[in-house]
Amino acid sequence: MTTTAGDRLVAYDELLTRYEPVIGLETHVELGTASKMFCGCATTFGAEPNTQTCPVCLGLPGSLPVANAAAIEATVRIGLALGCRIASWCRFARKNYFYPDIPKGFQTSQYDEPLCTAGHLDVEVDGETYRVEIERVHLEEDTGKNLHVGGATGRIHGADHSLVDYNRAGIPLVEIVTRPIPGTGAKAPEVARAYVTELRDILLALGVSEVRMEQGNLRSDVNTSLAPIGDLEWGTRTETKNVNSLRSVERAVRFEMRRQAAVLDAGRRVLQETRHFHEDTGTTSAGRSKEEATDYRYFPEPDLVPISPDPEWVEKLAAALPELPAARRARLRQEWGLSPTEMSWIANAGALGLVDETVAAGATPGDARKWWLGELARRANDAGVELAGLAISPRQVAELTRLVAEGTVNDQLARQALDGVLAGEGDPAQVVQARGLAVMGESDELVAAVEAAIAGAPDVVEKVRGGKVQALGALVGAVMKATRGKADAATVRRMLEQRVL
Amino acid sequence: MSTLSRDELAHLARLARLAVTDEELDLFAGQLSVVLDAVARVGEAPVDDVAPTTHAVPMTNVTRPDVVRPSLPRDVVLAGAPAAEDDRFRVPRILGEEA
Ligand SMILES: [Zn+2]
Repeated sequence: MTTTAGDRLVAYDELLTRYEPVIGLETHVELGTASKMFCGCATTFGAEPNTQTCPVCLGLPGSLPVANAAAIEATVRIGLALGCRIASWCRFARKNYFYPDIPKGFQTSQYDEPLCTAGHLDVEVDGETYRVEIERVHLEEDTGKNLHVGGATGRIHGADHSLVDYNRAGIPLVEIVTRPIPGTGAKAPEVARAYVTELRDILLALGVSEVRMEQGNLRSDVNTSLAPIGDLEWGTRTETKNVNSLRSVERAVRFEMRRQAAVLDAGRRVLQETRHFHEDTGTTSAGRSKEEATDYRYFPEPDLVPISPDPEWVEKLAAALPELPAARRARLRQEWGLSPTEMSWIANAGALGLVDETVAAGATPGDARKWWLGELARRANDAGVELAGLAISPRQVAELTRLVAEGTVNDQLARQALDGVLAGEGDPAQVVQARGLAVMGESDELVAAVEAAIAGAPDVVEKVRGGKVQALGALVGAVMKATRGKADAATVRRMLEQRVL
Repeated sequence: MSTLSRDELAHLARLARLAVTDEELDLFAGQLSVVLDAVARVGEAPVDDVAPTTHAVPMTNVTRPDVVRPSLPRDVVLAGAPAAEDDRFRVPRILGEEA
């Protein structure tokens, strides 16, 4: 048994001088269908335990499953989006095993006849494109949820007994399996993350799943192996199960590379095993060993007839696919006139959709980008939320940029208006009105402030008149302070120049 | 012809979570071998010009629309369980024999 705390690790940069990684990912996606895969039970997340079950999904004797048409269609569309070949004929299979979260004693899955095969997905990391080959996309059903009682913090180890909720059992689940991905070197953790990110964005674009990773809609098993540089054979891989955040995917690969390097350095061999990822420590620990690999005794599901997608229907689905993320990025980059690097900043910040919607709401691409990657990214970072989680809509950001462009507010006042919007005080224009944030024109109040500044600093005025024009900045500052930032700095400077020079 | 060894039978029994004694292993290995032989005779049928049958019903694409139908009431569901707790099925410790 390997303990979490006891693993020796090799520094990442150091291991790269001796070893090469190969990664691979198996990703499970819960489809967003209204009903389950083989019965009419609802799929509502967070429903009261065991209120969404029936004889079919509980595996009661005599019940008969019927496949959900929408789930099959969604799977074919995922396959098409990944450039897969769609099977002309395939079957479901029973994967037999005993575990309390699987009420039937088997999971209805697909084995040697998956619905989609041989696709690919290109992902970009630091300007370099990596092709990830997709081996298969198949359709199966999710399992129930176990709650472990009597052990430490809900862990299965040391638990006295477990409680099972079958609401999730039978929800359509698509499994997307990559072929092994060699040649990523130091970028392996980032390529893994970029792949899952791109896949998530494709699923969102297709509208087949809500892809809420925190709700477990999408979870990845991450395979990692390490071999000495130049070795013809790949190393033994470990499979880190159920990694359910983008950041964790990257961390899991990095940790496994560092751990396996230490094992190999010590002259030992890496065990082929499943491992568990721990969010809190960013480490993995050993799970079930594959040496005693379960024998699933797959056989064709006799209660379901084969699926034979009509080629014309598949062609129609292919033609009706929405614009996919990569194509969309290319189009928007063109429209916005950005370099690939600038575009990747937006994409990496998760701001593509937000910037796009802000532009659609009337902002210039430059302004939209500036706000989302600048001030708003800072606010999101401070609050520890995603950009999309900020309490401001793209339409409101566009309104803010319009207020700045029209000269109603300057950048500093706009940031105050933003405070108000984020605090729920309404749209930017409302906040500007309510908080009195509009910049002053050459009002009497501003003229008075300018003249007071001049009168209050005769030494500065002297310097400016003596040729040190940059000293005027001190006067501008004094006026801005007196007007609590509501004046427009350029206007103030002009007014000062008219009076002093 | 297709004999089932004691080891294979012990493996199958373990997968099926069946407790089988040593004597039963001998008994069932013999009996199951006879069953396998009987089924193997199907393979002797002349089927060279017969298309493979993949399913008892010659149908494909039987599906249902994605429409929610009522589930069972929870008390009915849990009434069939050997044990229940907190509106959930209660099952014995999962990690037992190993660890
Ligand atoms: Zn059901």
